[in-house]
Amino acid sequence: MNTMGTDGLIIDAVSHDYGGKDVVREVSLRVGPGELVCLLGPSGCGKTTTLRIAAGLEAPRKGRVFLDGRLVSGDGTHVPPEHRHVGFLFQDYALFPHLDVLGNVEFGLDRLARPARRERALAVLEQVGMTAYAGAWPHQLSGGQQQRVALARALAPHPRLMLLDEPFSGLDKRLRDQVRDETLHVLKTSGVSTLMVTHDPEEAMFMADRIAVMRAGRVVQMGEPAELYSRPADAFVASTFGEINMLAARVAGGAVETAVGRFAAPGLAESQAAGVLIRPEGVSLTPAADGEAVVLVSHHLGRSSLVHLRVEKDGMAPQHLHARLPGTLCPAEGARVRLAVDPAQAFVFPANGEGG
Amino acid sequence: MCGVMSASPSPRLAAEALSARPPGAGWVLLALALAVLVALPVLMVAANLAAPTEGVWSHLAETVLGAYVANSLWLMLGVGLGVTIGGVGTAWLVTMCRFPFSRSLEWALLLPMAMPAYVVAYTYTGVLDYAGPVQSALRALFGWSSARDYWFPEVRSLGGAIWVMSMVLYPYVYMMARAAFLEQSVCVLEAARTLGRSPWRAFTQVALPLARPAVVAGVALALMETLNDFGTVHYFAVDTFTTGIYRTWLGLGQPAAAAQLGAVLMLFVLSLVLAERMSRGAGRFHHTTGRYRRLPQLELKGGKAAAALAFSAMPLALGFLLPGSMLAAWVIQDAALSGLGELAGNSLILAGVAGATAVAVALPLAYAQRLRPSPLVKGCVRLASLGYAVPGSVIAVGIMVPLTALDRLMGGLFLTGTVVALTYAYLVRFLAVSVNAVESSLGKITPSMEAAARTLGAGLGKTLRRVHIPMMRTSLLSAALLVFVDVMKELPATLLMRPFNFDTLATRTFTLASDERLADAAAPALAIVLAGLLPVMLLSRAIARSRPGGEE
Repeated sequence: MNTMGTDGLIIDAVSHDYGGKDVVREVSLRVGPGELVCLLGPSGCGKTTTLRIAAGLEAPRKGRVFLDGRLVSGDGTHVPPEHRHVGFLFQDYALFPHLDVLGNVEFGLDRLARPARRERALAVLEQVGMTAYAGAWPHQLSGGQQQRVALARALAPHPRLMLLDEPFSGLDKRLRDQVRDETLHVLKTSGVSTLMVTHDPEEAMFMADRIAVMRAGRVVQMGEPAELYSRPADAFVASTFGEINMLAARVAGGAVETAVGRFAAPGLAESQAAGVLIRPEGVSLTPAADGEAVVLVSHHLGRSSLVHLRVEKDGMAPQHLHARLPGTLCPAEGARVRLAVDPAQAFVFPANGEGG
Repeated sequence: MCGVMSASPSPRLAAEALSARPPGAGWVLLALALAVLVALPVLMVAANLAAPTEGVWSHLAETVLGAYVANSLWLMLGVGLGVTIGGVGTAWLVTMCRFPFSRSLEWALLLPMAMPAYVVAYTYTGVLDYAGPVQSALRALFGWSSARDYWFPEVRSLGGAIWVMSMVLYPYVYMMARAAFLEQSVCVLEAARTLGRSPWRAFTQVALPLARPAVVAGVALALMETLNDFGTVHYFAVDTFTTGIYRTWLGLGQPAAAAQLGAVLMLFVLSLVLAERMSRGAGRFHHTTGRYRRLPQLELKGGKAAAALAFSAMPLALGFLLPGSMLAAWVIQDAALSGLGELAGNSLILAGVAGATAVAVALPLAYAQRLRPSPLVKGCVRLASLGYAVPGSVIAVGIMVPLTALDRLMGGLFLTGTVVALTYAYLVRFLAVSVNAVESSLGKITPSMEAAARTLGAGLGKTLRRVHIPMMRTSLLSAALLVFVDVMKELPATLLMRPFNFDTLATRTFTLASDERLADAAAPALAIVLAGLLPVMLLSRAIARSRPGGEE
């Protein structure tokens, strides 16, 4: 089905600045054919700029961009966006207010003859379930409908690459889940390579084949969602994918000793300061009168419960710790419990490193 | 995917990759060229400051220059005072207080803008001079037989000019002050109230100082118009720079000296522009909160309400209703409408062409600035807008001096005294009006619109044509309309540059009035006023809609 080139988008050591302020530093990433890659990071980390560079809306100061094996930016070349053949879905959708839905979708199709243009426009509108609104004006549509029309408009000319800039942030929570699901299916059926920007880790994990986590203009780690979750490269990536308990410790004999147990510290120097990051869902509790922790607060959150603990261990300062327990298993406040930490949900990183 | 795409874009992509030209370079060059073209006449005049004039200049300096400077300064001082009191006072009353007709006055106070000052000057003369109805009635009432029996203020004087111009120019200040009052966050005023100020003192201590930059800007605009005025001062025989330029050029046949007078006049204007810019710079820090609500209004009763109504209605009555009805009365009495069609035709064609040209030139300038907001392009746009501050007579000199030289070189009258040269003058003078309108409406279009168009395969030119222009259609039309009406009213440049035997409504009004045929001048004058009502209606609609926080 998918015959559009063989190698998608390659961004090679691209740097960019706005008025001397570096926003993208040495970013390299690849989006394979039919692959959906998410750029994930806090606001101002350079992810939108990276997206705009891929579209040709910005010319990078350094580095190269290849689209389907052709150089489109770098080495003195800059192919303007109108010749790149990419689809861009904007945060505010950017539907043309002076054109109706059909007119918007047909905008990028003017190299086709009139009947073919109409046929293709109606086909993509069908794909996003908006055929009934072909004659409507943008201002008559709800946010979710506008998003779908914008998606259809971007997909209509069969772009080599789709670029999505926070495409769901304008929608309220419930609608967002639905539109996200539909968008994923539309993108996957059309088999187009996609680069998407988001600040929501849950959204990234929902949509992406691979995720590139960005911070301060750099890609910190890139990989499949499960890999980023289970093997984060540093504390920043670990904390990106969910709340984290952070304990300070010092390396002794290749491991660190904490109030909640001993963790291996491979690759860390002896007596180096380290941070131990423990996911709340990696902490399990068993009621025990001689347990090392006291339940301070216990909150039921629907699918899980969040328990605040004070861990007291001889010779160590008391620690505050969160545990997330599945189901409705809620220990009483004030109860004593014994802790067990799943080593796969605990990570040891050098202190003073990035994040923390 | 399904092979619907007919043409693969790859060859185009490869060809495009060869050119590493930065995007939008062509638009920047175009903007640069247009800016130079438009700024050229102004720069020509400025360059004349240093040119030798074989003694004419020193002669002028010894004889009339002192009077020009003194009269212009007195005029500016008087009009400045008049428009500040009238403009701020009326804006304050209709914005802050509620009294009979206050809501209608909000828009009606703009009406005098439709009146060219020279038209008002003619009607006042007709009403108040020795043969006019007022003095005749006084003589009949008291049994006086001649001018020696009583004293009556002379309309055709410096004081009369100040009066007339204040009456038609105060709306600039009114408009700016009112907008400033309305834009102020009510929170600021409420903060003042909670800190122990009465509504009155909250206004004088908080709202008024906050509105000061807007007031200064409005006064500066009114004073630019004052310096630009030719018809009023010429008719009232008040010698100012504009009449001096006219006389030196057409009377003495000394274009170079006229250009030097123009250059001195530009120094006056420059100081006004600087004052306005400085006040605008401070104005940027205005709004600290985003909560807007209509300002709480003081309900006025009894004597206070009557006084407020009288004060606010006075400029409307004296600047619009009285002269307007006088014109109408003259037209009905005499109905000397012969030739009016041709005059109106000339005016409409000139104004229409100028309006369209101004928008056509403003578009690439504003678009280049949007694509590349570099200091160079921004400078170009400012340079091209310079003409609005420069009096029409100065622009005429700046165009005619080089054109005459060019014609002499070519041995004939090819450019001087043609409609082309006149349109050029209008473009220089009024481009700023259309640039402002296009700039602000372009600014309202989110940048993702053009990003969307570009990623969908539209180039810069096509994006402008297919996305921006359709979205801005109404704003472009109203920009053209503003220029259109300004050109209809324009007098000094038209008088100096019109082709031989070519008359417009404005020039015919002027020549008829100069021949003391005031009643005959009424018909073309009324036509100008009626055309001038169009943008005023637009403005008042915009003002009504721009009321933050809705109706109540």
